[in-house]
Amino acid sequence: MNSTVRDTLGLIGRYVLVGFLLVFFALPLLWMLATPFDSTPSLRAEVPDLTLDNFKVLLDNPFALRSLLNSVVLAAGAAFLVLTFAALASYALSRVRIPGRDALLYALLLLSSIVTGTAAMVPTFLLMFELGLIDSQLGVILVLTGGLLPAAIFILKDFMDSTPRSYEESARVFGASPLQVLGHVVIPIARPGLATIAVWSVVQVWGNFLIPFILLRSPDKSPAAVVMYTFYTEGGQADLSLISTFSLLFSLPVVAMYLFVSRRYGFRFHGGIKR
Amino acid sequence: MTLATSSSKEDARRIARSDEDAAGLGRGRAIGFVAPALFLITVFLVFPALWTLYLGVTNYRLTGIAAADPQFVGLDNYLSALTDERFRSSLYLTLMFVLGSAVIGQSALGFTVAWFLRPVRKGVKVTVEALVLLAWIIPSSVVAFLWIAMLDRSGGTLNTLLGTTGEAWLLEHPMLSIIVFNAWRGAAFSMLLFSSALATIPPSQLETARMAGARGWAQIRDVVFPNIRGHVLTNTLLISLWTFNDFTPYLITAGGPNRESEILPVYIYQVAINDGGLGQGAAVSLIMIVINLVIALFYLRLLRERRS
Amino acid sequence: MRRLNGLCGLVAGVLVFGAVAGCGGDEGGSGDVTLTISSNAIAGGKNAEEADWITNYVIPEFEAKMQDEGTPVTVEFEPSGVDDEDYKTRLALDMSTGEGADVASLDGIWIGEFAEAGYIEPVDELVGDEVDDWDGWDQIPEAVQQNAMFDDKLYGIPAGTDGRVIYFRKDLFEQAGLPADWQPTSWQEILDAAQSLKAQDGVTPLQVNAGTAMGEATTMQGLLPLLAGTGQPIYDDGSWAGGGQGMVDALTFYEQVYGEGLGDPLLQQEAKGRDESFQLFADGKLGMLIESDYFWRDVINPEGIAPLKNREEVVGWAKIPAQEPGSGIDGQDFVSYSGGGARVINPGTDHPEEAWQLLTFMNSAEAVEEALAGSARITQREDVNEEVLAGDPMLQFISEEVLPITTYRPSLAIYPQVSVALQEATAAVVSGTDPQEAATQYQSELEGIVGDSGDIEQ
Repeated sequence: MNSTVRDTLGLIGRYVLVGFLLVFFALPLLWMLATPFDSTPSLRAEVPDLTLDNFKVLLDNPFALRSLLNSVVLAAGAAFLVLTFAALASYALSRVRIPGRDALLYALLLLSSIVTGTAAMVPTFLLMFELGLIDSQLGVILVLTGGLLPAAIFILKDFMDSTPRSYEESARVFGASPLQVLGHVVIPIARPGLATIAVWSVVQVWGNFLIPFILLRSPDKSPAAVVMYTFYTEGGQADLSLISTFSLLFSLPVVAMYLFVSRRYGFRFHGGIKR
Repeated sequence: MTLATSSSKEDARRIARSDEDAAGLGRGRAIGFVAPALFLITVFLVFPALWTLYLGVTNYRLTGIAAADPQFVGLDNYLSALTDERFRSSLYLTLMFVLGSAVIGQSALGFTVAWFLRPVRKGVKVTVEALVLLAWIIPSSVVAFLWIAMLDRSGGTLNTLLGTTGEAWLLEHPMLSIIVFNAWRGAAFSMLLFSSALATIPPSQLETARMAGARGWAQIRDVVFPNIRGHVLTNTLLISLWTFNDFTPYLITAGGPNRESEILPVYIYQVAINDGGLGQGAAVSLIMIVINLVIALFYLRLLRERRS
Repeated sequence: MRRLNGLCGLVAGVLVFGAVAGCGGDEGGSGDVTLTISSNAIAGGKNAEEADWITNYVIPEFEAKMQDEGTPVTVEFEPSGVDDEDYKTRLALDMSTGEGADVASLDGIWIGEFAEAGYIEPVDELVGDEVDDWDGWDQIPEAVQQNAMFDDKLYGIPAGTDGRVIYFRKDLFEQAGLPADWQPTSWQEILDAAQSLKAQDGVTPLQVNAGTAMGEATTMQGLLPLLAGTGQPIYDDGSWAGGGQGMVDALTFYEQVYGEGLGDPLLQQEAKGRDESFQLFADGKLGMLIESDYFWRDVINPEGIAPLKNREEVVGWAKIPAQEPGSGIDGQDFVSYSGGGARVINPGTDHPEEAWQLLTFMNSAEAVEEALAGSARITQREDVNEEVLAGDPMLQFISEEVLPITTYRPSLAIYPQVSVALQEATAAVVSGTDPQEAATQYQSELEGIVGDSGDIEQ
């Protein structure tokens, strides 16, 4: 076939694909953009009867905005701990051969799937009760961090493995201590990977219902994921005006965070130094 | 072979051989670095996880007599789970779910976005990437409502768009619905992975292949895959494990209709919370871990084959 | 690098702030008695009126009262407002460690399993004989008291009840030539009315809850009243209703409704099917719906979630008939089922005496009336009901005509599992299984659940 024709077909094909991707990913989001502004919200897609009343009702709710702040606290706290500890651990595991590390890492990864499920509910609760950390946001942060660390270390170690050692070696030659090497040389290179882990941690914590629910008692400490489930009626029917509006507010902070991080640091998994 | 290629091979060899302690950590300090993470993990993950596994050999329930006085029942929970038709069908559904939405769905979507969007104009590219990421970061409870609204039988977005009002997607094609849903939801991770991995392929290799006449699919097969295979497998392992344990489809189909979309996390939820059988739930959790282990070992073997 | 430091610093600061704020105590009092009330209600969310009542009436009034009597008490409220199952889980977790509120709300059907687990104890053992001296007992009917009882022992004070009826759209009935004061006396009459409605375009004639997606709503509003109409309560004196003729008949009714196009079988399978059915009724696209008074009070209320502005004019209600006149439980012509909760005293409380005083205060005539906040609702006290229900014909109907003929569910630990088996039987029939087969399947499920702990009556 004529190469210009092939190129043109390729171009058309590419843009058809882009169009499809745009529609596929944007379509479900429409509900969240239309319904909060609708005076008769329903589960159907309809042209909204525009109103801002739903927002007013939500702002009157004593727990709604506070819960968003709580979500930020929990997410930031967990992300901070995960980043710090995972960076340290993954660096060490990547550079030094500690016996049994691979097996241990895989084992921890598998175990982490238990504590994020419903079956571990009682042991987690009883553990935190013994530690006196019920109704404490710190307790929630610690439990969530514990659950996220294995995967974070796993991903970061893979990342660290593929960053070249030459810079560290040079720094060493200049007399830098290992901690300095980590902080001044490795971290800047690893920044995109760290940014990805930070976003991933925040996303995991932001939507988590079960752990904060079983560990917290005061509604003014509860994060948005828990408070969202109070917007139902006595019989269990969803109050869509509250839920749709809250969904929008609930999603905005994570979106903002992503935009911030991707602009500042970019997202990458591997690659270290660009060619 | 060009010089560029051979030097990248050397680099690779260096990296592979070098579990080398470039910063002079030493074993002692390395253990020190790992210690904080290990401590948190041991207290808040390992301890409750092992306790949960212990519950699996009891008949513990959250309420009722078995709560006051749980009995040791040995392997009863495991046997009754493995011989339970409902468990087996749930397992089958879960495997299909993982295969369809993670291994095929998310990976294919992620790769498609990463590969075909490379030469596209920046504004469009950023928009598509942003939408893909939005799908991933919006909380599960919200996403569930979005998809219920989209697939609604009478006035849902999809039916309105396609003019197929009355088509009950969630009831007649529950597995397909949740597979497409999960592919939509998780494509971002694969997209990030692939776009990073693709960026590490030396452009010279692609150039060489194209000059040798390889286009499109052949290019992908012969140049791209060999370069990124290792990373792809490790991360496919992760998304498989995550999808295997993903509870979100419950919010959309509640495991229905008639358990047709009851994947294992939903099954455990029904057993542990709704029926209150925590001992049973714990036993099934361990079975799931064993299955995850099998999947992980399978990937590891593939990985080792690639390396050698 | 500096930017990263800044970010780390900010995050660390937030973490510390959060930890301090989170760990901070919130106890009042300086040595006086503190009591906590817990309920599945929260301001601005689920059961908001109850939350407001506790915060704005119960707490100030009770604290003032105790202050006057010289025994000052601080009372706090621990709201929840989540799904009932989740609330139950959290409550069970707390009580298993001896923690939790001093006065807690429970659904009547949980009393059995919580008692067996040792999480709650009979009130007379916790407080003493003075429990019998409370004058409120005269105002609470025996049947309603059952909601707070297990094994003939009283665990707390019951909190309100409800009843189930058939709601119907008078406007659709008129179009189909059916009477506005319709009261069916047999199942056949319901089916006949449904057939007449079927002729109307775009109208689903009847909604009888079925399937597992609707959970307890299927059992309470669907299968149990039908079963009662064949003369069988779900549990009676040691035996559970099995897969006998009564069950087969009830399941056959389902087959007739969903097999002959008198109902929408897809609704029963959808995760939000119940919500959907409410909306359909409010939109005038559903002719008949079997529901509890919750539907009237919270759903089609002009401020409810599927508001119907002219509900008094277009909505009618009728008692649920037995299969045939006289074939219901105890030979009744009409049947219903009722639920309800109770407030119990936590055995782990440090102040059982004061907790009892708080409990009785919350159940006094003034407090109960205050809780209604002007709206009408069926309370546990007959004196209050007499006064407040006069203005609401629907609730008055329930109080006067339905409660006397209603049945309650057993508060036994295995009831929730039996309920699931019942739901699954209806699900099977709606998707095409033969009723006889579904009944047999139910029978074997029931045998597995009940085991040695009871009998099964056919």
